[in-house]
Amino acid sequence: MAMKHDLAKLAGQTRREFFTSAACGLGGAALAAALADDASASSRIDAPIDPLLPKAPHFAPRAKSCIFIFMAGAPSQLDLFDPKPKLNELHGQKLPESLTKNVRFAFLQKDTATVLGSKRVFTRHGQCGMELSDLLPHIGTVADDVLLVRSMHSDQFNHHPGQLLMQCGRATFGLPTMGSWLTYGLGSESRNLPGYIVLTAGRGSSGGATLWQSGFLPSVHAGVMFRNAGEPVLNLQTPAGLSTELQRKGLDVLAQVNRQRFEQMHDPEIASRIASYELAFRMQSAAPELIDLSTETQATKDMYGIDRKEPDVTASRSGGPGQFRSFASNCLLARRMVERGVRFVNIIHASWDHHSNLDVELPFNAEMADQPVAALIKDLKQRGLLDETLVVWGSEFGRTPLGENRNGGPVSGRDHHPFAFSVFMAGGGIRGGQVYGETDEIGWAPVKDPVHVNDLQATLLHLFGVDHLKLTHRFQGRDFRLTDVGGKVVDAWLA
Amino acid sequence: MTRFARYHRNWALAAGIAALALGIPGGPASADEAAAAKVDFARDIGPIFVEHCYECHGPDAQESGLRLDQRDAALAGGDSGALFVAGKSGESELIRRITVEGDERMPPVGDNNKPLSAEQVATLKAWVDAGGAWPAAAASGTSHWSFQPIARPEAPAVQNAAWPRSPLDRFVLARLEAQGIAPSPEADRYTLIKRLTYDLLGLPPEPRDVDAFVNDASPDAYERLVDRLLDSPHFGERWGRHWLDMARYADSDGYEKDNSRPDAWRYRDWVIEAVNNDLPLDRFTIEQLAGDLLPGANASNRLATAFHRQTLTNTEGGTDQEQWRVEAIFDRVATTGSVWLGLTVGCAQCHTHKYDPISHHEFYQLFAFFNNGDEVETEVPLVGEPLAEWRRDKEEAAQQLTKLEPKLAQARQELAAKVPTWEAELKAKAATPLAFHPVELLQIASKAGAQFKMLSDGSYLAAGENSDTDEVTITAKTDLPEVTGFRIEALAHDSLGGRGPGRTGHGNFVLGELRVAASDSSEFADQHRVKLAHATAAVHQNGFPPENAIDGKENTGWAIGPKFGQDHAIALLAEKPIRGDATPNLQLVLSQNYGGQHTLGRFRVMAVSGHDPLIGVPQNVRDVLVVAADQRTPEQTQALVDFVISQDKPTAELAAKVEKLQARATARGVMKARVVAERSDNRRTTHVLHRGDFLQPKDEVRPSTLAALPPIAARGETPDRLDLANWLVDPDHPLVPRVTVNHLWSNLFGQGIVKTAGDFGVRGERPTHPELLDWLASELIARGWSRKEMIRAIVSSATYRQSSATRPELVDVDPTNRLLSRQNRYRVEGEIVRDLSLAVSGLLSPKLGGPSVFPPLPAGIAELSYANNFKWKTSEGEDRFRRGMYTYFKRTAPHPSLTTFDCPDSNTTCLERQVSNTPLQALTTLNNEVYAEAAQALARRLILEGGSTDAERLTQGLRWCIARPPTSEELAPFAELLSSGRQWFAQHPHEAKTAVGAHPPEGVAPDEAAAWVATGRILLNLDEFLTRE
Repeated sequence: MAMKHDLAKLAGQTRREFFTSAACGLGGAALAAALADDASASSRIDAPIDPLLPKAPHFAPRAKSCIFIFMAGAPSQLDLFDPKPKLNELHGQKLPESLTKNVRFAFLQKDTATVLGSKRVFTRHGQCGMELSDLLPHIGTVADDVLLVRSMHSDQFNHHPGQLLMQCGRATFGLPTMGSWLTYGLGSESRNLPGYIVLTAGRGSSGGATLWQSGFLPSVHAGVMFRNAGEPVLNLQTPAGLSTELQRKGLDVLAQVNRQRFEQMHDPEIASRIASYELAFRMQSAAPELIDLSTETQATKDMYGIDRKEPDVTASRSGGPGQFRSFASNCLLARRMVERGVRFVNIIHASWDHHSNLDVELPFNAEMADQPVAALIKDLKQRGLLDETLVVWGSEFGRTPLGENRNGGPVSGRDHHPFAFSVFMAGGGIRGGQVYGETDEIGWAPVKDPVHVNDLQATLLHLFGVDHLKLTHRFQGRDFRLTDVGGKVVDAWLA
Repeated sequence: MTRFARYHRNWALAAGIAALALGIPGGPASADEAAAAKVDFARDIGPIFVEHCYECHGPDAQESGLRLDQRDAALAGGDSGALFVAGKSGESELIRRITVEGDERMPPVGDNNKPLSAEQVATLKAWVDAGGAWPAAAASGTSHWSFQPIARPEAPAVQNAAWPRSPLDRFVLARLEAQGIAPSPEADRYTLIKRLTYDLLGLPPEPRDVDAFVNDASPDAYERLVDRLLDSPHFGERWGRHWLDMARYADSDGYEKDNSRPDAWRYRDWVIEAVNNDLPLDRFTIEQLAGDLLPGANASNRLATAFHRQTLTNTEGGTDQEQWRVEAIFDRVATTGSVWLGLTVGCAQCHTHKYDPISHHEFYQLFAFFNNGDEVETEVPLVGEPLAEWRRDKEEAAQQLTKLEPKLAQARQELAAKVPTWEAELKAKAATPLAFHPVELLQIASKAGAQFKMLSDGSYLAAGENSDTDEVTITAKTDLPEVTGFRIEALAHDSLGGRGPGRTGHGNFVLGELRVAASDSSEFADQHRVKLAHATAAVHQNGFPPENAIDGKENTGWAIGPKFGQDHAIALLAEKPIRGDATPNLQLVLSQNYGGQHTLGRFRVMAVSGHDPLIGVPQNVRDVLVVAADQRTPEQTQALVDFVISQDKPTAELAAKVEKLQARATARGVMKARVVAERSDNRRTTHVLHRGDFLQPKDEVRPSTLAALPPIAARGETPDRLDLANWLVDPDHPLVPRVTVNHLWSNLFGQGIVKTAGDFGVRGERPTHPELLDWLASELIARGWSRKEMIRAIVSSATYRQSSATRPELVDVDPTNRLLSRQNRYRVEGEIVRDLSLAVSGLLSPKLGGPSVFPPLPAGIAELSYANNFKWKTSEGEDRFRRGMYTYFKRTAPHPSLTTFDCPDSNTTCLERQVSNTPLQALTTLNNEVYAEAAQALARRLILEGGSTDAERLTQGLRWCIARPPTSEELAPFAELLSSGRQWFAQHPHEAKTAVGAHPPEGVAPDEAAAWVATGRILLNLDEFLTRE
């Protein structure tokens, strides 16, 4: 890693400096113009639009970046966010058939299912008095910055379709994800890094790579997966045995020969390709610098809990040992990315799919997430970044008030529940310190202010100054948008 | 989206809305496009009515007597009078009502009503002012150009009669001349052979072929080159892959579990073969859509139907299978619509299509064709490497059998002789039958802290701490001379929930393991362990048999649900008897770690003496044993012999081995393949599904097609899938031939004559050269639907042979080259990027077809799959270097080298790939393992085969990559790079060795070889190399 400083220096000193400056700030248009200046006057042509050039939003934005923490598998809102004392009263009892008659469940046997109480204790936090479970003490300390939505609902009750709905606005393949739409609509502010980055922890989500696809949008809008250790981006390291000097020298030769071809063919794609190689070279130093946490103070690392001792509990669904460090590092990295102008960071953690053993595995996962997520919000705030950074904690659906009773075995978990679940948000123009929406006394369905997944997406775009009805892309004869055929901005969320 | 026009498409945020209202889906309008943009009812007006007006003035409601979905009714007007005054928007009610302020304004303000945009109002005004033309056929959509019959147009006259090589050129030239534009000059021969080889094979041309072609003075040099390429087996790979994009081919199921489809490749081989054999496209269609229904369908016909088995399969736990069966059929309908009809049929799944003549009802008529096609497996013959392997294996097995079969026969014979002895031993054991005895209990201890009270019958009753799991240790003494096992009685008791015997509350328990030790002292160590060999119980719960209590696994056990509140017992027999006189101290550990308080509430431990001679003896043998030896039939005797043989371990193993070999020796040379087959029994009826919801079936429908298209002919009473396929390829079908030639054209020019390859409907783009499209369509029929003949016709044209250099003077007039004043220039597809590098470095395997391969995959990718359940086992040898199209495609974790270069995700049909240009692509070809290795191999090849001087080698390297001889200006920078590399590696010998990697050229110093690696890798990144010019 000693090379990375040389890299940055070299990048600055090369005699092709105009490539780097043009490609970063001014985009391919300027580069093409520069090339044309050098060539004969007749080769001046329309430049291609750099698809990631920053673009103006529809109206004044509140948020510039988003960190979306996607808890794949669906955490139990009843044990984390939405206290329902009634569940303990009704524990072991069946629910009236009218409630379950037309409902399909993934695994739950309706005939014999009974209500499962919660072992959690909820207490009030902050000046706003937000009630949160004893599993979220750190989130409690930032309650006054948090908007907690208890009335979310989805249409899908299987994981992969549900995850697609949350990320793409519709449970269909081949559609762009939220991050794709944002970089498509607004471009990227980062000179040296992709505009849309994905960090994963846990055991592999149901959706896999389909959760950061660009669908019918060009692949430049697909999420780029970063790893939080080792080589941060695929193929980032120059092959073994080759030096940074030789990489730079090779790229100079490449640019020179490509440019000669450009002078013959006048194809703007050649100019774009030269720019892409220069950005790739800059990423080679910028990405390792990004994931290098050695410049962070111990106090910061402690705040995120990076070096915390992980409990010995065998929480099989969380993906094996090392989750605590991995997840906390992802949260800190997300802050570093936002600082460097990355538009959308998706932290995906799987899995929260607690069909059984809920009271062992949920505390493990919650302990893993509670401190780092709270630290992220605090850290962004103390650095003055929270105002323009939207932090979201979300999942594809929630979990049932009924205990899961498949196989007639012991009941120790909850099934998938699309009718009501909770998400929370902070920063980026969100009015914190409020609880939005209510569910009925057993948390079955919203009774006040229901919010569909598309509404969440519409509001998210709104915070970025984007009208969700206007950010569209024509594909196969239809103008698609993130919010499919729905979506209403929830005004009450806005600061 | 077309390959290179994408950057010019409207970014909806920036400038899209005006263009959308005018129905021009993209691009700065050229003068020509602007002329075509005058208001057209079907394209511009109808959609506004559908979107903004139908709710109150449509099929379901006619408020104020106005109905806009039927031409005559609309023109008759409503309660407020005529809809408009032709030519006078200022006097028209329609325009007044959409511009007036206040309550009369339409659409009224409301939650679900979308107001008209200023552009839409302007469009409506312009329409009325232009006369308000409302074609009679527009309501049914049949006036749209693509629904008109295909006439064979005469090629137009042109001024430059010397240029055209084919009638098709005259269509292009006439249009250019009308604009005063001359076509581009023909590309040089280097470019032509590179272009043709990239387009037809997806490979770089060999320098000797380049030289032969460049120096070939004969008039038919080009045609012979085309012939040679069309005959290459790699043509089938290149054009088969185009088809596989549309077929959404993948090697896994998709969705969460994303299970492997190990036989998927067999269909891929079918496609490659069909393309190489030039199976006519009508037949190609019929076999894939309905091969199973062909009279006398053979295996190949049935295999072809795997086209529609590429749909996703959702096996996520808790899914409703009917939902996903219906979902797969939706995809089949939509894909058939896109691929053949060029219509967005899928839009009509939930409601009548807003723009094209496809009703909600008609969607389900199409659905009905597919609704009885079941997902089944069929047997198909092995091919290629698996076939050869089968032959080898069969032979090898037969050979081994010649040795092993006699050996087994002899062993059997010897054992058969021992049957009387064995029978005598059994009888001896029977003399001491099983008996149960109480043991003298010394101590009982619960790990979890439960308390035990001994009841008068010697049983223990648990009380106190009732934890999730427990481990109970009992020490006892016996005075029996020989203990052959133990019996644990699980007993009911009123104090227990559900009367026990367990402590769960409902009465169950799980005995996970019983561990026993026998010792002569109070110490119990490993050497005291008693191995338990048999477990029996009269009652056990499903999935919790008694043998689970002695299988060594804590997470399995014996349980008795749902027979709660009753007494049960499990008997566990030791492998060898315990000598009670020598080791009278016993320890029993009852491990109960299932969780959820599945522990024993009341139980008693008994020691067992004596034998059960029949334990482990199957019923059929027992039946024989009771028959006197001289009374037994030969079959009965054989049963005894077989059993005795089965109890002899070496012989049993030998027999198993022989059995396996016999299976291999007699295996048939077939494999399974996933296909579609029509069901004959329990046929499903098809219903319109309200809003596409499978839980809301409405009216029943019968299979049929779209009213706007020619009627379908049925062979029988009701049309079936075969009739549908025949209907599609009827020469009179207006859409299919046009759509088909557009696909072919698109793969030879980078964009179609209709830019929206999947949308020939009202919202799609119009053909740039409508007559050319029709001429090609009629040519397709005339040439017997031959793919190769059509490709030959197109690539032989002067239009195809033009230079692809951008013409700066035309950038404003025709920025995206819609007029075809030149060829196009675009980066090759992801698979081909890799194929090219492997080919020039000499690593590429030319092997055709066969199972998918697993080239190196970066760490951490396979782990993205659900619950990390997918393992990528990297292929070895030649299979590391197969063409990219053979790389195993895992839908939820596809190979990043493919997706980074815009390979489709294969979840839905892909009619045209994107061509993006990103830094991740640069990082891939610069640094990825495969490309690094290609650079090493290229360096070796340059040194060994490229000539003797630097200049010769560099020239050769460039010729391998870009076909043409380089200029001195191009050579100079590479020479400089080479010398920089030499200098650097001379000072870094260790790095030099590393850089040369797995492909060191023999007899060459590492620093010299490494300098060539550093140079060669830049050759592999040249834009000209990665670009089809």
